[in-house]
Amino acid sequence: MKILVPVKRVVDYNVKIRVKADQTGVDLNNVKMSMNPFDEIAVEEALRMKEAGSADEVVAVSIGVQQCQETIRTALAMGADRGILVKTDAELEPLHVAKILKAVIDEENPELVILGKQAIDDDCNQTGQMLAALLGRPQGTFASKLELVDGKLNVTREVDAGLQTITIDMPAIVTTDLRLNEPRYASLPNIMKAKKKPIIENTPEDMGIDIAPRLSVLKVEEPPKREAGIKVETVGDLVDKLRNEAGVI
Amino acid sequence: MDFAFTPEQESIRDAVEKICQSYDAEYWRRQDQAGEFPEAFVKDMADGGWLGIAMPEEFGGAGLGVTEAALMMQTVARSGAALSGCSAIHINIFGPMPVVVFGNDEQRSRHLPALIRGEDRTCFGVTEPNAGLNTASIETKAERNGNGWVANGRKLWTSTAQTANKILLLARTTAKEDCARPTDGLSLFYTDLNRDYCEVQEIDKMGRMAVDTNAVFIDGLPIPGEDLVGEEGKGFRYLLHGLNPERVLVGVEAVGIGQVALERAVQYAREREVFGRPIGQNQAIQHPLAKAWAELAAAELMAFKAAALYDAGEECGAEANAAKYLGAEAGFSACETAVLTHGGMGYAKEFDVERYMREIFIARIAPVSREMILNYIAERVLDLPRSY
Ligand SMILES: Cc1cc2nc3c(=O)[nH]c(=O)nc-3n(C[C@H](O)[C@H](O)[C@H](O)COP(=O)(O)OP(=O)(O)OC[C@H]3O[C@@H](n4cnc5c(N)ncnc54)[C@H](O)[C@@H]3O)c2cc1C
Repeated sequence: MKILVPVKRVVDYNVKIRVKADQTGVDLNNVKMSMNPFDEIAVEEALRMKEAGSADEVVAVSIGVQQCQETIRTALAMGADRGILVKTDAELEPLHVAKILKAVIDEENPELVILGKQAIDDDCNQTGQMLAALLGRPQGTFASKLELVDGKLNVTREVDAGLQTITIDMPAIVTTDLRLNEPRYASLPNIMKAKKKPIIENTPEDMGIDIAPRLSVLKVEEPPKREAGIKVETVGDLVDKLRNEAGVI
Repeated sequence: MDFAFTPEQESIRDAVEKICQSYDAEYWRRQDQAGEFPEAFVKDMADGGWLGIAMPEEFGGAGLGVTEAALMMQTVARSGAALSGCSAIHINIFGPMPVVVFGNDEQRSRHLPALIRGEDRTCFGVTEPNAGLNTASIETKAERNGNGWVANGRKLWTSTAQTANKILLLARTTAKEDCARPTDGLSLFYTDLNRDYCEVQEIDKMGRMAVDTNAVFIDGLPIPGEDLVGEEGKGFRYLLHGLNPERVLVGVEAVGIGQVALERAVQYAREREVFGRPIGQNQAIQHPLAKAWAELAAAELMAFKAAALYDAGEECGAEANAAKYLGAEAGFSACETAVLTHGGMGYAKEFDVERYMREIFIARIAPVSREMILNYIAERVLDLPRSY
């Protein structure tokens, strides 16, 4: 079985982000970039399936600027076998990414695609679902456990009411939740090996995919600063404040 | 001139950072207070292949340069591990370089893989009580005995000898009087630290309690002939070869400690409010912190310049010595500032900066003192007459 894992290059989760003065977006100059943490979980899950013998190849794909190659190298250093970079400097929306991934999948034919449930930069939480729809494949989103049984996939999903387990046919699309696994960190020998693993490059234009914008960003602003809270003595006080000051009940 | 790290170097830093994240300030505080060697941390580093960063690929290493090794050690120090983390692995990174460079294939394949896997641990037996910085006057002797040697003498300040099973031992094999130069007649052995013949006594010291430093009494230690590194009598020259990389490493470790001390101080300065304002709003608090940043950045540049020269096969004695000097002084000054910025809390173990302060002192003293570095620069760079 071949597993495809899309990996996105995002601002590192430790970075305190700043909005650009002209409010067109977030300042990315000299900011540390890393692999989207949910994608790390996706890579880890794919590698575990390979180590368990249920997969034989893990392919990492990233879409975006040239430096996305480094994100692919990170996946290769974790243990993925090879990489695909779809290079573009354009701003990408979830639908663009889903279409590009569909084209890659038409070519590569992986039985399983594992994506992060969302990327921590735009928090869209759309790509996996759109991809499943475009491909007409079953989807198991927000996975906190995966089990391959008799050629079908049992997916435990984290939903509002608790945990839901569904069984889906393969080939399938899965998106990862935080508790699926704890990703490994790259060992030095694997970082060295990753240098020699192949990465092929492509562009949306060569693949014939339209990436004209469908959304336009009007303005990006810092969220309002949160004021310090207050402590109340009794439940009565609490109800009073909620009713008369906050006006929420 | 390009001051950027390559993507590969960045991935090295990221991966080391991730390992270090599992060992937080509380872990290191506990190791320091209990005086316990950080076994779990060292095992994680060994399992990740990090001990072999500068070892040849054919023996299981990564074959990378001093630049990468320095980046790794700085990252460890800066994570808050400081020297409690660095010194636990430091000697295994560059201590065995004489074996790598001057040993034969049999020695390399016998020793290096086990070192890289973390199964062998070594220590560095050079300093002696009656010689001090004048290494040529060491008194430990190794005398021929059949095919091998027998060593007798006393080493001081031998770090990690409590758990090491190997020692890189410098011993006199020809009396000073019979040598053309005092630095001749010294030989280097990489051999078992056989406790039947060596007594290891821990020295109670100011800081870095997690990583032991010892007096080693050597009494009739048998050394097989195949444990002599390179040629008899050339030990001092072999040692010199590894000195510049080691100076760079100590320099960046000191910078890393200064950086974590500075981060902690800045955070405290932002949060602590006195007289109705954060203390960091006062220039008297800000300026020493800004100065520490500038000094650390300069020391860091010198260290990576020295590393780049070394990796390019160029002479780097002046830069490597300067990097060790600048790193230790900038790191020390940053730690002192960090303690003072914390006020009374700077003296409390809970805030860690006092530990950094105790540990950074080592980088000013060892492996070579500030005075000897300045002697070197005065003589070799400024061409002034030798003073000692
Ligand atoms: C924590 C710790 C760990 C160590 N680990 C190791 C180890 O693993 N292996 C090892 O071999 N050694 C180790 N050392 C030893 C260290 O390298 C020595 O302490 C250092 O080289 C200084 O030597 P010394 O202590 O004999 O000082 P001395 O030689 O006694 O010097 C004392 C002072 O006099 C100054 N001085 C001496 N001569 C001159 C001169 N001509 N001009 C100007 N000033 C001079 C020195 O600069 C110094 O300030 C360690 C030391 C410490 C503190």
